[in-house]
Amino acid sequence: MSALIRKSFVLCFLCLWLPALAVDVLEFQSPQEEERFRALAEEIRCLVCQNQSLADSSAPLAQDLRREVLEQIHAGRSDQEIRDYLVARYSDFVLYRPSMSIGNLMLWFAPLLMVVGGLWVLIRKLKQPDLSESPPTTGQDKPLTED
Amino acid sequence: MLLVIGLKHSEYKEVIPSPLIGQQAPDFELPTLNDHRMVNSSSLRGKPYLLNIWASWCPGCRVEHDLIMSIADQDIIPVYGLSYKDAENDANRWLERYGNPYTEVLLDEAGKVGIDYGVYGAPETFVIDAKGVIRHKHIGPLDVKTWEKELLPLIMTLDHPQS
Repeated sequence: MSALIRKSFVLCFLCLWLPALAVDVLEFQSPQEEERFRALAEEIRCLVCQNQSLADSSAPLAQDLRREVLEQIHAGRSDQEIRDYLVARYSDFVLYRPSMSIGNLMLWFAPLLMVVGGLWVLIRKLKQPDLSESPPTTGQDKPLTED
Repeated sequence: MLLVIGLKHSEYKEVIPSPLIGQQAPDFELPTLNDHRMVNSSSLRGKPYLLNIWASWCPGCRVEHDLIMSIADQDIIPVYGLSYKDAENDANRWLERYGNPYTEVLLDEAGKVGIDYGVYGAPETFVIDAKGVIRHKHIGPLDVKTWEKELLPLIMTLDHPQS
């Protein structure tokens, strides 16, 4: 039993280590650079993982892109230049925080529109007199003879 | 309701739209399979061609291979193969086994050219016109229907200068 537990511990640690190992082949020149690299890498979507049928190439492509990003950091490119480089090849899709564009305006503002629309409907409903409880008033109180 | 409209209007894709359509195909210089001549992408210009990204490790490439062979046989358009992140030996063995449809096989072992072309999974097939502009990109195994309905009609509208 304890052997089993030990084994599963080892397995878990292996799993935790794997992503780190994938990055470890990269050589950072300073902790700051590593920090910057990680921040940037977290913003970038792995293009293959969201597409299961192409899963075979997921790891290698992610590695290649990581290497490419680091090379560009070494070459003195800014974060924005690196983002632009990737967007030019893989479209907005590579960014987890897509920039606002005409194409996705609706996405950014739909929640606000829905809240405002909901409030408007609610206010209108509240302002309307409640008809259900008042007795019908369609001329029945008045004596018919007066006309 | 918004969801329905959304789903109808944006074909949901596992396929990421390529920003490269309508752009000049990225330049490269790559060695050919076996004889390692350096081929510059500019030398491919002058007539339309297909650039097929493939690898021996890629099951989808095997799926589309018979079609790629028959396209090459029909002599409508030259098909260049980009051997993507593959060992030369493996590429050779695969072509010997299943047939080589390619006018030229270019080796991109490091996958650097692949990145420039926005490749995120093989196979991918680019239609590039005589001026070197990318006109279409098909992601995943090419099938007869897509070839007949999308790629072939497009290819027929392209200029095919002689020589």
